[in-house]
Amino acid sequence: MTIGVTHGVSLIGLSGTLVQIEVDISDGLPHYSLLGLPDLALMESRDRVRSALVNSRELWPNKKVTVSLSPAWLPKSGSNFDLPIAVAILAAQEVIPIERVVGSVFFGELALDGRIREARGVLPALISLLGSQIKRVIVPMANAAEAKLVSGLEIIPMENISELLKWLRSGIRVEVNELFPPLAERNFKDLSDVAGQLEARYALEVAATGGHHILMIGPPGTGKTMLAERLPSLLPELGEKDALEVSAIHSVAGVLKERGLFSKEPPFIAPHHTTTRTAMVGGGSSVLKPGACSLAHNGVLFIDEAPECVSGVLDALRQPLESGQITITRAIGSATFPANFILVLAANPCPCGRLSGRGRGCTCSSLQIRRYLNRLSGPLIDRVDLRIKVEPPTRTAFASGEGGESSALVRERVATARLRSVRRFKSLKISRNAEIPAFALRNEFKAERRGMSLLHSEMDRENLTARGFHKVLRLSWSIADLAEHDLPLLEDVQRALSLRDGMDLFE
Amino acid sequence: MAKSKQAALIGEVGEAFIANYLKKKGYAILAQNWRIREGEIDIVALSPTGKITFVEVKSRSSLAYGHPLESITREKAYRLQRLALAWLVSNSKFGADFQIDAAAVIISPSGGVEIDYREAVL
Repeated sequence: MTIGVTHGVSLIGLSGTLVQIEVDISDGLPHYSLLGLPDLALMESRDRVRSALVNSRELWPNKKVTVSLSPAWLPKSGSNFDLPIAVAILAAQEVIPIERVVGSVFFGELALDGRIREARGVLPALISLLGSQIKRVIVPMANAAEAKLVSGLEIIPMENISELLKWLRSGIRVEVNELFPPLAERNFKDLSDVAGQLEARYALEVAATGGHHILMIGPPGTGKTMLAERLPSLLPELGEKDALEVSAIHSVAGVLKERGLFSKEPPFIAPHHTTTRTAMVGGGSSVLKPGACSLAHNGVLFIDEAPECVSGVLDALRQPLESGQITITRAIGSATFPANFILVLAANPCPCGRLSGRGRGCTCSSLQIRRYLNRLSGPLIDRVDLRIKVEPPTRTAFASGEGGESSALVRERVATARLRSVRRFKSLKISRNAEIPAFALRNEFKAERRGMSLLHSEMDRENLTARGFHKVLRLSWSIADLAEHDLPLLEDVQRALSLRDGMDLFE
Repeated sequence: MAKSKQAALIGEVGEAFIANYLKKKGYAILAQNWRIREGEIDIVALSPTGKITFVEVKSRSSLAYGHPLESITREKAYRLQRLALAWLVSNSKFGADFQIDAAAVIISPSGGVEIDYREAVL
C-alpha cells in the first residue's frame, strides 16, 4: 500500500492555509484515526466519507486507516475536508490514478449518498490559493459560479463522488451547463419615496460623498429607517476588487446566496438592537465568523434604536470605526476581517419618543432623557460626524411630495463629488473625505480663511473640541465637493457646523 | 446474553472453521471457548513455531452490519489481552511468547464461507 496524498484548505476568518491530507492504510483491526487537531464536525467526517464511498460502489478499507492533516498544529474545522479525505483513501488503496490528484485541491462536504454538498467559504479559500503551486480546484457544483469569480485557477465543479472518480480515472467530465445567474439590475429602495425631509436627505448625500457616519434622532414614524435604507442607493457601485472582498466575507458567513453572487451593491446590514457583541463584530469558537460590521464592509451598517442596544455592543464598534477592520482572537487562532462601513445610528429623542417639536405629550423627565441618550457613549458619538434631527414631515411636504429627488439623481451628484475628492487625494492613500488625516487638515486641506477663523472662534468658545474641529473640516470638504467649490468656503463650514451640531442634546 | 439461536449457531460454526483452518496450517489447538468470569477466549493454539496464539473469532452471516472485526472495540481488545495473560498464568505458561489474532468468518446463507484472518493485531 502507498500513502494517499491530497490537498485541502483550512479557513480561519478570511485567510486559508493549504492543508496536506495523508492517508496510510496498514494491516490490523478495522480502525480509523484522524490526526491534526480536527474539530467535532471534522471528526464525524469518517462516517460521512465511508457511507459516501460505499454508496458510490467504492472500496472502504476494513483495515487500520490513519488520516493525517498537516500542518498538524493548525486546528482544523468543518466538513470541507470530506472530499480530500475520501480521495486520499482511494489513492492509498491504489484504486485511482494520481496524475489528476496531484496539484489539485479538493473542497466539499459529502452527503451519505455520495453527493457533494455546497460549502461555506469557497471564495476566500480559493483567493488564498492564488500564488501557490495549486492550479486546479475541485469544488461542489453548487459553488461553481462562486468559485469562478476567482481567475487564475482551473475550477472543476463536481456533483457527486462517482462523477469525480470518473474524471480522476479517465479525464472525462460530465458536461455541465453552467447556469450563471443574470446580473441583477440595481434594485433599490429609492430616495424619491421619501416625502420632504430636506435636511436629512442632504445629510445622507453628504454621508455618501465623504463616507461620514451619521446619527439621526427623531420621534418614531418620521422616516429614520426609511432614510437609512436608502443610503446604499446613493453610493456608487462597488469596484471589482471591493465587490469580491464583500462577496468573500459573505461567503465565510454562509450568506453569499442571499446577497447575490455578482452583486456590486454596497451591502446594507441592519442588526437588531438586541444583537450580541459576537454577532456585531464576529467570533465563534471553532469557526471564526464575521459579524454584522464586517458584512457591512464597503456598505452601510444601520442600527435602529441605538440607545436600546445591549451595553458594550456599540462600543465594540470603536475598533472597526477607527481602523476599518476587526481582529477576532479565539483559541483556534485569530482572524482579521475588513470592516469599513458607514455607520448609521437612529434613536428616539427620549424613551417615550414624543419629545419633538414643542415636545407636547412627552412624559419623560429630563433625567430619563439624559440617561437614555447617554447610553450612546461619548467616544462613539465623537466618531459620528453627522448628527441630525429628523422631524415629522410638514403637511405641505407630505402632500406635494416636495423635494422628491430620485436616488439616481443624487447618486450622480455623489459620484461627481467623489471624483473631485479622489483627484485631490492623489498623494494620500485614502479615498474618502472622512479619512483625511488630521495633519493634512491643518496643512494642505484647510478651509477658506474665513471658514478657518470661524472654527477657531468656535474652539475658543469651547463649542468645539480638537477632534470636533477636524470632523467639521472633513464634513466641510464633502459639502464643498457637492457644491463644486475648490475649497470649503465660509458657507460650507457653517453648514458643516450645523450638520454636526444639529442638536444640542450631547453638548 | 440474549443471543438468538441462529447467531449462536453461526458463532459456533465460525469457531469450528477457524479451528480447522489453524489445524491445517500446522497449529495445535490448546483450548477452545476457555471461559472465566472476565470473559471468554475463543481459541488458544500453539503455532508451528511454538508461539502461543490466542484467536478472537467474529462470525457474521453478511456484511450488512459492517465488517465483523469492526465490533472489536478498544475495551474488548484490552479485555482480550487480560484474558490472554490470565490463561497463561492459569496454565503455568506466564512469560511465554504469545500473540493475539483476530479472525472474521462470513457465512452466507447460500453456504459460502469467507475467512479473513489477521495475525497479531491486538
